[in-house]
Amino acid sequence: MSATPDTPSAHPAPSAGTTPAESAAPGATRRDVLRRAAAAGLLVTPVAGLLGACATGGGDSGGTEQATGEKTAQNPLGVKEDAALEVVIFNGGYGDRYATDVHQKLYQAAFPKAKIIHQSTQAVSTVLQPRFASGNPPEFVNNSGEKFLDFGALVADGQLQDLTDLWEAPSVDDPNKKVRDTVMPGVVEQGMFNTPDGQRKPYVLYYVSTVYGIWYSGKLFRENGWTAPTTWEQFTALCEQIKSKGITPFGYAGANAAYYMWNVILSQAAKVGGPEILRNIDNLEPDAWKADAVIQAARAWAEIGKHFSDKSFEGLKHTDVQLRQNQYKLAFYPSGDWLENEQKKDTPPGFEYQIMPMPSLTAADKLPHGAIRAAAGEGYFVSAKSKNPRGGMEYMRQMLSKAGARGFTETVGAATVVPAASEGYQFPPGVASSQAALRAAGQNVFNMMFDNWYKELDTEARTATNELMFGRASAEEWAERIQRRADAIKNDSSIAKFTR
Amino acid sequence: MRQGKYPFVIGFLAVPVTLYTVFVVSPYLQAFWLSMTEWRGIGAPRWIGFGNFERLLSDEVFWKAVRHHGVLLLALPLITIAIALFFAFMLNVGGGSRGGQRVGVRGSGFYRVVFFFPQVLAVAIIAVLFQMVYRPDESGLINGILVKLGLEPVFFLINPNLALWSIIAVLVWQAVGFYVVLFSAGMASIPAEIYEAAELDGASRVTMFFRVTIPLLWDTLQVAWVYLGIAAFDAFAIVAVLSVDSGGPDGATTVLAMEIYRNAFVYSRYGYASAMGVALFFLTITFAALTLRVSRRESVEY
Repeated sequence: MSATPDTPSAHPAPSAGTTPAESAAPGATRRDVLRRAAAAGLLVTPVAGLLGACATGGGDSGGTEQATGEKTAQNPLGVKEDAALEVVIFNGGYGDRYATDVHQKLYQAAFPKAKIIHQSTQAVSTVLQPRFASGNPPEFVNNSGEKFLDFGALVADGQLQDLTDLWEAPSVDDPNKKVRDTVMPGVVEQGMFNTPDGQRKPYVLYYVSTVYGIWYSGKLFRENGWTAPTTWEQFTALCEQIKSKGITPFGYAGANAAYYMWNVILSQAAKVGGPEILRNIDNLEPDAWKADAVIQAARAWAEIGKHFSDKSFEGLKHTDVQLRQNQYKLAFYPSGDWLENEQKKDTPPGFEYQIMPMPSLTAADKLPHGAIRAAAGEGYFVSAKSKNPRGGMEYMRQMLSKAGARGFTETVGAATVVPAASEGYQFPPGVASSQAALRAAGQNVFNMMFDNWYKELDTEARTATNELMFGRASAEEWAERIQRRADAIKNDSSIAKFTR
Repeated sequence: MRQGKYPFVIGFLAVPVTLYTVFVVSPYLQAFWLSMTEWRGIGAPRWIGFGNFERLLSDEVFWKAVRHHGVLLLALPLITIAIALFFAFMLNVGGGSRGGQRVGVRGSGFYRVVFFFPQVLAVAIIAVLFQMVYRPDESGLINGILVKLGLEPVFFLINPNLALWSIIAVLVWQAVGFYVVLFSAGMASIPAEIYEAAELDGASRVTMFFRVTIPLLWDTLQVAWVYLGIAAFDAFAIVAVLSVDSGGPDGATTVLAMEIYRNAFVYSRYGYASAMGVALFFLTITFAALTLRVSRRESVEY
């Protein structure tokens, strides 16, 4: 029931490291724990043994024989051609048809003797937790949705396959080009985590390109002669005009989508103070949230909330507010570029979703107006302890082929991290505009990770942002309370830390 | 038959006791064990003794939730029992006597069905229903009327001072029907002669209610109080579906079960969540024991 709107990209992009001590500390094996518990008189030993088997399972999973085949030009990863491959897909905003109709067909064509077992679920962790606990994980997992498995915990437990071989392998379409050179810059990086022994390795493939910004209706703006503002003065002036027409200028849904709003404030802060602002926040640096740029951005947007929004939005869900925009009752709405696909059913013809970057707050902004938040979303991994991990990596190689990525885009209408596959594809107006904005931004692309690394910090930021935007807290109080939580997380040894 | 007694008894008990052990007792024990560990859902749990409980003591949100249970514990039984008693009295006794038989007010059969109606609905449906009732804009059931009348809309679930009471109102609305039926059954077993005698002595309806009905219904009331108290320790479904930002605004409506859910399934802190569960277990047990102890009084024999 956590209030994460069911958008495909609700969980973009964790990366970086985790500390070793976060579970299964050496010296305290499960058996020791049980023995101590029994000694403490809490449990009778046989019962404890029985219970241990229930939810938490066994930590031992060695002895799985892993399939390998001969490496050839057609099979650079050395997949055993008749080894079975189990694929688990999160059945959310993107459905699972792209997997069954596109990727699995490609794999089957490459390895006709392999048996593919397809499974789709809406609750990944519910289905897979027991499988990992019992040492029998599926080869390939689309770890996404509200109930995704904690990446940090998976890394710490050695469950994820090192994808270095995949990224270094020749690509399907051009044997002279490595797979890593076919994807957008930063994608390999984004899926890297620190291992318990202090190395950094790529473990996760983030597949879908996601662009964040503020959305408006091309039609509404054209008809009223409005243009997307680039400076703050233009923005507030336009908000006045919109308000005088009886339309709510700006709004987000407080009931379950407050993170759309902290995303706006932090994107604004990144433009004012540069992308280091976000890096500091992600790395839990002292006073990162109290940086001048962050406070400035929060103050500016709190003013927008005060003058140009609607108090009742705090009690509405994201779909309610999005519907209002479709009814032309709301002008600006912040979101990612899954929005257009999500609202497909409710969008009137000719509505024409358009994206704009945050307007520049000051003339001295560190980043130009076109700078935008873009990330790779939707994580996929291969289980290191499965029977056929090389098959899982090959499946990824097929996904990253032109045919695989193009098929995904054609099935779900979203761009992948393989730029060559989107070339010439006729995107709907909203995604077309976000792709154009991404191109226009060039190198001025930034991202943030803290919400995926530290869920508690995300929750606190959501709560505080509602307090700020609906007039119950000042920008300073907002920054103060989130910083307090960030410091608490930093000092909490039980939480695995990440850096970038 | 005498010598076959034990196999007979054991034969009957074996299945339910096994089921109970496997599905009730063992998860409880497991929760107690997990509450002493740090466990993120994958890999082996790490034993940390009472670390989670120490952390609970300084957890603001935990105490906020406990305070809300305090409010619920007072408000929910008091309001629900008061309303249910009043309704039950009016439906069964309030209409005066007809031919020596106490009857309810006119149309009591109809009201009985109406009052019981919320009980038939699933809790999640009730929560969704009240989302519509409480909606903060003109499309809300209440605010639509207010806006039409030219009044300012009331932010039932957004105003931090109002949000918890809006939730309590839903819990009461849902619970009253059941207790009307419970109390009606209790009242039906009160002998009519007692009311008759009271009426002959010139007792008013109010006197009759306080001097006859309540004392003779004491056992039922006590049961109702315990039930409602335990319900006050739950409230998860309504809070999770209805409240803004899962227990918000800013934790103004959160309850322990909500925090347990959040810690386990959002933060992946199963050990800490189990510790909260254990705390909730002791709170509930303590409450039930206290209530039964405090409210023990001579029940009237008739």
